[in-house]
Amino acid sequence: MEIITPDFGFIFWMTLAFGIVFFFIAKFAFPVIGKTLKNREQKIAESLEQAERIHEEMQNIQAKNEELLKKARGEREDILNEARISRDKIIEEATAKAKEETTRLVESAKETIENERKAAMTDIKNEIANISIKVAEKILEKELSTDEAQLNYIKDIIKETDNQ
Amino acid sequence: MCLLFGTQSFAFAENEPEEEFKAGEVIIEHILDSYEWHIFTWKGHHVSVYLPCIVFNEGKCYTFSSKVFHENEVYKTVNKTNSEELVFTIPHEGKYKSKIVILNADGSQIRPFDISITKNVLALFISCTLIIVLFYLVTKAYKERGEKAPKGLQSLFEWLIVYVRDDIARKAINEKSVDKYLPYLITVFFFIFINNLLGLIPFFPFGANITGNIATTAVLALFTFFITNLLGNKEYYKDIVNTPGVPWFLKFPLPLMPIIETVGCFTKPFVLAVRLFANITAGHIVVLGFISSIFIVAKISMAGGIGMSVFSLILAIFVDCIELLVAYIQAYVFTLLSALYFGMASKEHHH
Repeated sequence: MEIITPDFGFIFWMTLAFGIVFFFIAKFAFPVIGKTLKNREQKIAESLEQAERIHEEMQNIQAKNEELLKKARGEREDILNEARISRDKIIEEATAKAKEETTRLVESAKETIENERKAAMTDIKNEIANISIKVAEKILEKELSTDEAQLNYIKDIIKETDNQ
Repeated sequence: MCLLFGTQSFAFAENEPEEEFKAGEVIIEHILDSYEWHIFTWKGHHVSVYLPCIVFNEGKCYTFSSKVFHENEVYKTVNKTNSEELVFTIPHEGKYKSKIVILNADGSQIRPFDISITKNVLALFISCTLIIVLFYLVTKAYKERGEKAPKGLQSLFEWLIVYVRDDIARKAINEKSVDKYLPYLITVFFFIFINNLLGLIPFFPFGANITGNIATTAVLALFTFFITNLLGNKEYYKDIVNTPGVPWFLKFPLPLMPIIETVGCFTKPFVLAVRLFANITAGHIVVLGFISSIFIVAKISMAGGIGMSVFSLILAIFVDCIELLVAYIQAYVFTLLSALYFGMASKEHHH
């Protein structure tokens, strides 16, 4: 029976001791612990959320980067293409111009040559004419040294003129 | 641990070499409270801590060491009320067995108002000091480390505190009122758990049977009872008076359900008290029983005693391991059921 009979003295001390422990924990220990735990949990939750957000942002940035890279690559391709086209065009133009220039130069050279030739011909002609005149003069001097010869010659000319 | 249990029991055996070894008495002596704390016996010489006795008679306080009963059967002092002789004694049998009584001239015994610092009270003070120191250290760690990860003792306590909070309190009590009950649940959990564990350490100044004392569990249950009923909301009382979900004829004309519910308010904490008391006491009895059986068999034959000690030690170790589990489970069950009662007293109806 004794074992299941609560002793009053012990109940007294137990109430006091447990009350003190309860008071200490409820008043001093738990508020600090509970608050810290709550704060830490909140911090962890926030950190996780932030990490998630950063991860998402990173992904976004990566996607953006990739897009930019893609765009840049496309642009590079375009630029290269354009450059190629313009290069070809330049070359073509240059070739055409060069050709034209050559042609022009050849033309002008030809013209110069022609002119030179013409000038030379003229000179030659003149020279020939001069020579011829001199020759003719000499011949005429010689042939038409007599009046008869002169007369014959006039006759011939008249004849020739008549025949015409 | 069990070896030390062995030493303890061996001390009891050597204690009365001429007398027969009475296992039952030894065990009950351990389970019950005493005015001195017997540590061990060396060559027939008792080594005990004699604790102060504090008794009140007719409004006057008398304090003396329990050593007086070791030296003499009775302790004679002057009655502070009428200056006559006042005789205190501890009877070995009868209604007030092992308790301080006042012996009247005609031989009748009066039990005075007795708040002596007994073995259990001292053990209680030690364990409560330990709990407060532990919580102080943990709180300090929380203050110092702030929101950093817990370390050492703090980690162990955090694990248990978070367990009580998340798996016991938050599951049983609604979100709004859980913070109100949490400090009590944590106190009760650590109080029972630490006292259970200290009760398993068989040497001084531990090994007292605090949580296996009906007064301890009764006080804890009363705390739960008062907290449940004083903090109970309107819904809780309405449910007691007008229990929902039962046919009307159970409430009128004979208020059967209200009576059952009201009785339930008292039986719930009563069951709490008895469960904890019985589990812890049973554990102590079983371990001591196994150890005692060594001496019982050894009385008959020495060889048998040696054989028995191996067998008993293995079983006692096994039971001690189970007791470790029980120490935790009982703390858990008491806390969980308290939380459930609080949950019932603070639940909100969702129509």
